[in-house]
Amino acid sequence: MAVLSLKLRMRPPVLEVANLNARYGRAQILHDVSILLGRNEVVALLGRNGAGKTTTMKSIMGMLRQVDGRISYENQDILGKPSYMICRAGIGYVPEERRIFRDLTVEENLEVGRRAKRENAPEWTLERLFDLFPNLRERRSNLGKHLSGGEQQMLTIARTLMGNPAVVLLDEPSEGIAPVIVEQMGFVIAELKRQGLSVLISEQNLHFARLVSDRAYIIEKGQVRYDGSFDDLDQHPEISRKYLAV
Amino acid sequence: MGFYFAQLLTGLANASSLFLIASGLSIIFGVTRIVNFAHGSLYMVGAYLAYTLVSAMDLGAFGFWLGVLVAAAIVGLIGLLIEMTILRRIYHAPELFQLVATFGVLLIFQDATLAIWGAQDLLGPRAPGLDGALRIMGEPIPEYDLALIAIGPLVLLGIWLLFRKTRWGVLVRAATQDREMVAALGVNQAWLFSATFVLGAFLAGLGGALQIPRETVSLQMDLSVIGEAFVIVVIGGMGSVTGAYVAAVLISVLNAFAILIFPQVSIVLPFIVMAIVLTLRPHGLFGAAGSEHGAPTEPEQPLRLMGEKGMMILFAAMAVFALSPVIVGDFTTVLLVDVMVATLFAVSLHFMMGIGGMVSFGHAAYFGIGAYAAAMMVKQLGIGMLPTIFLAPAVAGAGALFFGWFCVRLSGVYLAMLTLAAAQILWGITFQWQQFTGGDDGIVGVWPAGWASSDKVYFYLAFVCCIGGIWFLRRAAHSPFGYTLRGIRDSRTRAEAIGVDSRFHQWMGFTLAGAVAGLAGTIFAFSKGSVFPDSLGIAQSIDGLIMVLLGGIHALAGPILGAGVFVMIEDWVTRLAYWRVIFGIIILVVVLLAPDGIAGGINRLFARIRAVRKGGTA
Ligand SMILES: Nc1ncnc2c1ncn2[C@@H]1O[C@H](COP(=O)(O)OP(=O)(O)O)[C@@H](O)[C@H]1O
Ligand SMILES: [Mg+2]
Repeated sequence: MAVLSLKLRMRPPVLEVANLNARYGRAQILHDVSILLGRNEVVALLGRNGAGKTTTMKSIMGMLRQVDGRISYENQDILGKPSYMICRAGIGYVPEERRIFRDLTVEENLEVGRRAKRENAPEWTLERLFDLFPNLRERRSNLGKHLSGGEQQMLTIARTLMGNPAVVLLDEPSEGIAPVIVEQMGFVIAELKRQGLSVLISEQNLHFARLVSDRAYIIEKGQVRYDGSFDDLDQHPEISRKYLAV
Repeated sequence: MGFYFAQLLTGLANASSLFLIASGLSIIFGVTRIVNFAHGSLYMVGAYLAYTLVSAMDLGAFGFWLGVLVAAAIVGLIGLLIEMTILRRIYHAPELFQLVATFGVLLIFQDATLAIWGAQDLLGPRAPGLDGALRIMGEPIPEYDLALIAIGPLVLLGIWLLFRKTRWGVLVRAATQDREMVAALGVNQAWLFSATFVLGAFLAGLGGALQIPRETVSLQMDLSVIGEAFVIVVIGGMGSVTGAYVAAVLISVLNAFAILIFPQVSIVLPFIVMAIVLTLRPHGLFGAAGSEHGAPTEPEQPLRLMGEKGMMILFAAMAVFALSPVIVGDFTTVLLVDVMVATLFAVSLHFMMGIGGMVSFGHAAYFGIGAYAAAMMVKQLGIGMLPTIFLAPAVAGAGALFFGWFCVRLSGVYLAMLTLAAAQILWGITFQWQQFTGGDDGIVGVWPAGWASSDKVYFYLAFVCCIGGIWFLRRAAHSPFGYTLRGIRDSRTRAEAIGVDSRFHQWMGFTLAGAVAGLAGTIFAFSKGSVFPDSLGIAQSIDGLIMVLLGGIHALAGPILGAGVFVMIEDWVTRLAYWRVIFGIIILVVVLLAPDGIAGGINRLFARIRAVRKGGTA
């Protein structure tokens, strides 16, 4: 832990979440969650169903109202900003459950996500995205609701990339899709890292997370229970046994 | 043959008019989820503006069409103003607030229009160049109708192109499906919503402006068109413009032929079609279930049982109330009966919404059934007053049982729309079925029995009935049945997961609320000595909503407070010349400044005082 923060001090994090608390109504869901995402890093946020992964991501994205603590992106406070401004600042969010626009075509879905080019991030064009997701090219004129589950998952990612983000929050990318597609997903995440993006992915699947990410946080009941490398996690199998469904 | 073809063309011309106003309403709802009652006002203002502009310019055909377009554009700008000053603040509020707020806007428009154009109906100019009639298959068809028949599909095509071929259109369609996600993708919704509202207002204004050669321009245009426009939107599928066109054609053409068989059917027909369509296709012909994402996340304050102290205060208030006819004059006694009737009505609506989780835009239906049932029992069947007080609410309950069966199949704003439809059907029936209901003339001479004919005795009778009704609903609310209802309100899926038949419970809740509203209607009928179709009208339903809202939806005592305040304000304000403006402003102030109602406002005030005191002593 100490070593890690030292490393990050040398390379300032692109996204910093500190002492985040979030509530739905009267129920407090997140308790003092602190997370760092370094530049060009892929970090996994692991936890069981209901642990608070989505809530964390939505808080970062400005989609929840009862949130306090500190969230900064590129050293700018973003907590309390509306989500469209957070997106425009360069954070892209890929929601769980494939929230595509079902009655829009693939191209129209991508159009919704399109934003101007940003200096600190790679630029994505339709053609580049279709190279990354070949299935979508074939189905560009199909309605979202007529895509397969895997294709919909690809579309949500492509749609977010159309905004040319510098940071991507990927909420459970491997959930409920066929193993072949999961493999493709791993390839996509590697490609994002190669392009210089920083990625925070939430996962229940330890094996998939290990394949694609540099290090991990484990969250349970809205609290961070582990923060470190996968190697360290392997040294202490009781941690993953306790907090994850392995 | 020619005659039927002419009838078809008339139907299609009407369809175009209806489509213009309904499409705007549908687009606005689709994106902002606001049920805009003021849409009829925009239509009306469009007609008035076009009347003034076209008459003033007198430039022939060019002047007419220019006048129509300018009028629509001005209405678009008015829409922008409304959106930026009012609606923008209530996008996250529950439907009830939005509906009542837009009703406040409607009231303000009514008086503003009255002040500017006067109370007289205005006969609009004919469209130059289109003022004759063509003979088609031997029948004369107004040329202007033919123009309208073309305009409808042209506007549809224009909207279609706008939605398919522009980025703005793609964003609007995306926002119709999942606006939270659209925001997370970097789109500033404020701008999107404003533009949508302007487009919708423009279309309403255009619809009104195009109407001037066909109907007289009057202050009734707003409410007369809004019911039908809602129906079109709901049948077509909320948010679907194509659906709005298809529904407009369906209703108008059906109507054009149905009146040949039943001349009185016009008023009820749209609502009957809507009830059938919604029962078969709960989201309308072209509608889809909206995404749950981005629904208002307002945390529900759980209802609390009143504490000892609250009970004492309530009983003290009742005692004062009960003694009051002894101390105050007859006139005030009559007013107090109004307060009690309003309270009982509001409590029943609150039960349905606050406990049952069903928003009703047509609760007056059951109030009205109660009132009419009482009047008919006494006048036509010769039943005494006391049995009537028990029987008439039972009839209202039976009515609620019937309509509730359809309504509980839906939820949210669709349910609300179906309750409105039910109320409008009943209103249409009482209005048209003259031999039994007296139509517009109502039923008069419905007085209490001899022993209860003095205002004071009737006051006590009404008091007992109202307390009885309130007590009954309170017991129901705190019975296992009430807790189950609340469980369903909070999470339908969770309730069903543990084996609760949620539809059945809601159906019974609906029926109970209807029966108690019927009791309020019964007391009302005897206190006024007469009943009129108004008692089932939209305004009566909205009055109930305003009372509940004034009191605050989350407080049990809310409706009591709300009804009291409402009747007092109404009594005071309706004596003024421009009372609608005042009332509209009061409504808007409450919605915008005290969204948790008077009770909530007082609670917050106390909380603040307590906090200040604590801070002072610490
Ligand atoms: N809209 C909501 N209202 C109330 N509670 C919620 C809501 N969304 C999530 N929760 C609760 O918050 C907790 C965390 O949920 P979430 O962040 O979605 O978990 P995860 O993404 O890790 O599965 C869960 O207990 C869930 O029940
Ligand atoms: Mg989740």
